[in-house]
Amino acid sequence: MIEVGTVLDEKVFFLDRAMLKAYADASGDQNPIHQNEEFALSVGLPNVIAHGMLTMALVGKYVTDWAGGSAAVKEYSARFVKPVIVPLDQKVDLTVSATVSEIDGDRISITLSATSAGVKVLGMAKAVVIK
Amino acid sequence: MINPDSVGRTFEGAGSVTVSQSEIDAFCAVISETNTTVAPPTFSIRISLSQYESILTQPEIGVDWTRLVHGDQKFEIFRPIVAGDVFKCSATIETLRVAAGNEIVSVRSDLHNGSELVVSSWSTLVVRA
Repeated sequence: MIEVGTVLDEKVFFLDRAMLKAYADASGDQNPIHQNEEFALSVGLPNVIAHGMLTMALVGKYVTDWAGGSAAVKEYSARFVKPVIVPLDQKVDLTVSATVSEIDGDRISITLSATSAGVKVLGMAKAVVIK
Repeated sequence: MINPDSVGRTFEGAGSVTVSQSEIDAFCAVISETNTTVAPPTFSIRISLSQYESILTQPEIGVDWTRLVHGDQKFEIFRPIVAGDVFKCSATIETLRVAAGNEIVSVRSDLHNGSELVVSSWSTLVVRA
């Protein structure tokens, strides 16, 4: 039974430098801050950071797994509040959970939470799905 | 500085973009999506971001792409993207403001397959001071 306030199971994704390279190629976003540590440090970042849109793509996978596939998503939005930091040779977590916030006929809105290393990385994250 | 006269204007992307199955496959592979018959919900950023870059860096608009940070993103998806879609992409500069020396521009992208609007998306892009 899905109702307003229903909490969805938490899921943890893991990101590493190889995933960032694969996402750079798949998305066409080859900004060096997502691949080159020396460059990332030179522009004041703590290390290589994940593409905000990679974070959003993984959280999107969480949404579509719950909703029954990619075709279920009607709206999806998020604010990039903090970067996911991806040091060399490490796998860092992206921990995702969600709560049903509104039900309007067959349209279900969920409010999403996404953290990495305990830090909130997406703000105002929300999806509307048909389920 | 971004040209303030560009606010409210819609710019048409050059040419059209045909979505291939291999592009969808590669995007799905990154997020371990096994159903590749339709594109994942954020796939359209692949098209929009490259169109933004070519449109917004034109001298008459003047975005410095090397100082760009993605602030937020929203998608409205009217139907999922599939291989074989041929998109024309437009970019509308909706607002421009300056905060602490950073230029904050909000842009809407509409992807049309023929006359069918498939995805609208909104991006807030921050050009760091």
